[in-house]
Amino acid sequence: MTREEIIRPENKVYSRPRLIDDNYMHYCPGCSHGVVHKLVAEVIDELGLEDKAIGIAPVGCSVFAYNYIDCDWIEAAHGRAPALATAASRLNPQNVVFTYQGDGDLAAIGTAETIHACTRGENIVMILINNGIYGMTGGQMSPCTILGAKTATSPYGRRTDLNGFPLKVSNVVALLDGTCYVTRQAVHTVQAVRKAKAAIKKAFLNAIAKKGTSFVEVVSTCSSGWKMTPEKANKWMEENMFANYPLGDIKDTSAGLEEKTVEVKKS
Amino acid sequence: MKDEIIIAGFGGQGVLSMGKILAYAALENDLEVTWMPSYGPEQRGGTANVTVILSDEEISSPVLDTYDTAVILNQQSLDKFESKVKPGGVLIYDPYGIHHAPTRTDITIVPVDAMEATIEMGQAKSYNMILLGALLKMRPDVPVEAVVRGLKKALPERHHHLIPANEAAIRKGMDLVKQ
Amino acid sequence: MKDNVKLMKGNEAIAMAAIRYGCDGYFGYPITPQSEVLETLEAEMPWETTGMVVLQAESELASINMVYGGAATGKAVMTSSSSPGVSLMQEGISYLAASELPALIVNVMRGGPGLGTIHPSQSDYFQATKGGGHGDYHLIVLAPSTVQEMADFVALGFDLAFKYRTPSMILADGVVGQMMEKVVLPEQRPRRTEEEIHLQCPWAVTGKHKGRDKRNIVTSLELDSAIMEKNNERFQRTYREIEKNEVRYEARYIDDAEYLIVAFGSIARICMKAIEDARKEGIKVGIIRPITLWPFPYEAIRKAAANVKGILCVELNAGQMIEDVRLAVSDSVPVTHYGRMGGIVPNPQEILDALRRDFIDKPANAQEETK
Repeated sequence: MTREEIIRPENKVYSRPRLIDDNYMHYCPGCSHGVVHKLVAEVIDELGLEDKAIGIAPVGCSVFAYNYIDCDWIEAAHGRAPALATAASRLNPQNVVFTYQGDGDLAAIGTAETIHACTRGENIVMILINNGIYGMTGGQMSPCTILGAKTATSPYGRRTDLNGFPLKVSNVVALLDGTCYVTRQAVHTVQAVRKAKAAIKKAFLNAIAKKGTSFVEVVSTCSSGWKMTPEKANKWMEENMFANYPLGDIKDTSAGLEEKTVEVKKS
Repeated sequence: MKDEIIIAGFGGQGVLSMGKILAYAALENDLEVTWMPSYGPEQRGGTANVTVILSDEEISSPVLDTYDTAVILNQQSLDKFESKVKPGGVLIYDPYGIHHAPTRTDITIVPVDAMEATIEMGQAKSYNMILLGALLKMRPDVPVEAVVRGLKKALPERHHHLIPANEAAIRKGMDLVKQ
Repeated sequence: MKDNVKLMKGNEAIAMAAIRYGCDGYFGYPITPQSEVLETLEAEMPWETTGMVVLQAESELASINMVYGGAATGKAVMTSSSSPGVSLMQEGISYLAASELPALIVNVMRGGPGLGTIHPSQSDYFQATKGGGHGDYHLIVLAPSTVQEMADFVALGFDLAFKYRTPSMILADGVVGQMMEKVVLPEQRPRRTEEEIHLQCPWAVTGKHKGRDKRNIVTSLELDSAIMEKNNERFQRTYREIEKNEVRYEARYIDDAEYLIVAFGSIARICMKAIEDARKEGIKVGIIRPITLWPFPYEAIRKAAANVKGILCVELNAGQMIEDVRLAVSDSVPVTHYGRMGGIVPNPQEILDALRRDFIDKPANAQEETK
């Protein structure tokens, strides 16, 4: 097959989602953000939410999420995305509001906003990219950094006597009555990506149906911050991160909802 | 007409609400009025006072250093405010619990046995209304009818059945002032 | 009595005026001496009538960021707090200013620094008028002195905020927040419809396809220094426009005044009483009460200063507005300060005493030294 044949439209097997812009992504090779962005864009498109979705961008590597996913966005201060989302959602019940945050943003500086948005049961989607590190600021320890992990601020490995224990924030928010769906996913394999997409879709459907807060954690890699090749980072994640952050649904009181609503949207 | 009034006592004695009812009565009577509380965590037990100014002209300062009229409900407040009554002014106080009675001779001092009357009437909650009655007797700034209308505004509807008892207490207070 | 004349606290008037303005949302957190704002709104249940959202947030930090989120969607949103809470809000206020979002913030000041006291103060003047948070920005700052102004400045604050796309602040104090007096509330205005919001705020984040094909992004982030400088220049142009158009003040007794008092908020009323007393004694004192603390009435004070022997600034702080008064008059006339701190409110006599001490009883050469 020649190059000309390959790029013929009828031979196209995959393309960028419609709602992902052609801006150059600034993410590092191997970073999970690009994949999760794609899933969010696909879900928004498939559920027909292009004119309804309002994204709340965080501070951190995904601060520029608004440059890539083609919907309306508000850029929050560090940690405050759930507060912005609360107001945006309550004042605009016809819209669907989602937050997109890293673990340093959501589980450290923004813990109070996270807990209270979840316990109020705001009808929003919260997406957590948990790579156990502050990526953008240069690889410092986050609340979700696992024990023993070396970071710029735990250069000899995280120790409980110095730094306490990793925060399993999904398990915390699952305890709150306001959350209807809490799940932990990953995007390191094709199968995992499919599962993660289904989880994100379910979360958006819950928000449309005003079922309460849906919380999707995606255990992710940060090859630059971890100082590993993308391949090694995926492996290290499987071997070390998953032991601390096992994948799967943690809470689901929205069961049955997905099938019903998806059917309506299929056409 | 202008009456600059301080009402002072313990929190819980109804100091602020007495001032509030007076303020609502002034509103009913088309007077200008300000009601400025000493606010704080002293809900019960601590000292509380409120400055109420009634006037037929625009009121500038809601905060004052001297007063035409003082209604005093405890010793601390008497110690604090006796000297702040303007010469020729009126000081109404309940002698109950007062160990050092006011001594000034250039003002009109009106003792009102409100606590005794309250116990006699079996209506502990009417205490401040008895003193309000005494105030209205000494300073007929607003008619009792305006006060009753003011009570309707100041009290939530669920307490409106208490208005006749309050009115009776006000009239009792008026009677207690010896001419 | 007219039916529309009500008796209420300044804080209650803020709440009632917000509902009647057609405010879309209030987000707040309890703190003395302003909790009646949130309490009144919760009691009034405006979500049942106008559809206004009222939410008790988990902190002032969350409140102001809710305001930020709501303002970004083009809604008329507000919060209220008192000094320590407003300190916590500075992050969000800076983001609001940088994202050019209209919003209303109410600060019913109490004494500081730190946890300080719950009693009245004006010691947040610097914070309110000189920026407060990080970066080069200003808020439009309105200083009410009556319960009526507490009510009126809600609409004024919102209107100016939307006109210039910048947050505005009502800088009140515990006196005017807690006192009751007569007030005529504004007529009930309907909340703006979605269509009106799209017309008025084409920048608002409302969902992508509503008469536009490009997404709206509200952000204060710009890593390209050349563009960030341009953004800052745009903000500054707005501030110059506001300075040109929106200075407000009240002047009384200044035509024949030999002495001038400058005071804002409730303290200006106490000064009025002092002036009334002084004039009975033949002392000719006038007053300028800045209503907008930013933009500050420099020109009005400069003009009034031309004919007076001295200016006394009366503030509930250690001397903050006096810096702006001195800027206004340069060295042309002596300017002194009388202030109480810690929650103590001066009485009219003290103010008159300060005027006597600083100017009237002082020989002319001694006044020179005061400069």
